[in-house]
Amino acid sequence: MCGIVGLYLKNTQLRPQLGALFEPMLVEMKSRGPDSAGVAIYRDPVQANQTKYSLAHDHANYDWQSLSSALASACQCQSSITQIDSHAILIADAPERNVRDWIKQNHPGVRLVGSGASLEIFKEVGLPEDVYSRFNLQNASGSHMIGHTRMATESAVTTAGSHPFATGADLCLVHNGSLSNHNRLREQLEKAGLEFQTENDTEVAAAYMTLKIREGASLRQALEQALVDLDGFYTFCVGTETGFAVLRDPIACKHAVLAETDDWVAMATEYRAIATLPGSEHANIWEPKPQTIYAWGELQ
Amino acid sequence: MQTLDLQAIGLRKLNSTLHTDNASTAYKITNPMGGHAIACGLNRAMDVTIDGHAGFYCAGMNQLANVTVQGHVGVGLAENMMSGTVRVTGNASQAAGATAHGGLVVIEGDASSRCGISMKGVDIVVGGSVGHMSGFMAQAGNLVVCGDAGEALGDSIYEANIYVKGSVESLGSDCEEKPMDAEHISALSSLLEKAQVKAEASQFKRYGSARTLYNFQPDNAGDY
Repeated sequence: MCGIVGLYLKNTQLRPQLGALFEPMLVEMKSRGPDSAGVAIYRDPVQANQTKYSLAHDHANYDWQSLSSALASACQCQSSITQIDSHAILIADAPERNVRDWIKQNHPGVRLVGSGASLEIFKEVGLPEDVYSRFNLQNASGSHMIGHTRMATESAVTTAGSHPFATGADLCLVHNGSLSNHNRLREQLEKAGLEFQTENDTEVAAAYMTLKIREGASLRQALEQALVDLDGFYTFCVGTETGFAVLRDPIACKHAVLAETDDWVAMATEYRAIATLPGSEHANIWEPKPQTIYAWGELQ
Repeated sequence: MQTLDLQAIGLRKLNSTLHTDNASTAYKITNPMGGHAIACGLNRAMDVTIDGHAGFYCAGMNQLANVTVQGHVGVGLAENMMSGTVRVTGNASQAAGATAHGGLVVIEGDASSRCGISMKGVDIVVGGSVGHMSGFMAQAGNLVVCGDAGEALGDSIYEANIYVKGSVESLGSDCEEKPMDAEHISALSSLLEKAQVKAEASQFKRYGSARTLYNFQPDNAGDY
């Protein structure tokens, strides 16, 4: 099971309503995945010399301000942080490698779940509507979001095992399906230096794409190579800085539907998640073909 | 014409009304919102129009009724249909007409993968193209594709006829092109007319079983 959804607003006038338009999409997929939910939202891009980090910790009252202050002194940078429930959005103008290393060494309980210029990732255990309200996303504005409602099959029901998974700067992945070669692939990726937080198969797919992109592949090339190297069932939705991409495995038994109007592009596991969008009754609606990359925005 | 609002009355009330209410023979279903199992199990002559996009398993197990979806449908359209007509004005997702024994399914747009899987006598006419593994293990009936067909068309097919006007990406195991004789052109013309789909029957190619798989070999009868 699991449900995945994506929404990209072509009409910029709708962008203040992004969070409100996306909520019923995610909540409609509750029956496909009621144990955890997560979203990636692209909003409020930072300045060119800054990076935005999505952080999470198991303790609700974690002292994020101290983390930010200590980071600023240690890395000799400007740093600000905003707590949003169990997550925090950190903005710093130090090199990303330094920030990642410093957090890992000094705050090992903090999970760095995403980074980039505009990407923010929020995910938790619980019903989609509860997770959505915890992170105050109803009033969020932005250009696009992707989301996931999880019915866990390959690993434990934990926040860390929830989707989306980051795959690089402003890149993240949600997945409906199950991979069958993730254990072997995880071993290979660990040898290449990738680190894993969970036993989750999707985290392996995300790490795989992270490595490909780190090695110089474009996202399109990484997805094309994923068709060769990933074995199993998948419909992926990949959030990018400027839009999202959809890819299905060659068998394509995991559901997916795409819909497009002049105002927006949406993907979902089932059409009912799209039905509440304005103008959906007149949308162009079709099922994406297997082994075919569908993309809106640029695939770097 | 009686109007039933799916969001107002819910799926069970909607379908039970269609099953038991003899007051009307024409129904319009509003606000389908991609809901599943709309107009399933109908068993009398009636006209049902779904005003919008439907979800999975729409018009399954249909007998006698004429169901029209004005929009897109999800997985498993008219699954196991026995008779009647189901028409979709948009595209259909996977496994349209799966295991259906009779009647007519018309998809004016494209159908996705596994269209007509294990069909057992239904006629399926697709105005556009079909996805991979369409006509898989098709046993009887006609699958007509006015556009193109995806990979592995008619894999392990039995006695059904598949007609394709456009290209076929690849034929499945034991599926082969067959001669398009006058009788086939005539039968296909009648079916296209019945489906109200405009296409010239003589431009189609016919595909069917090469009958080379294990179950077609009399020598294997001794195994049992």
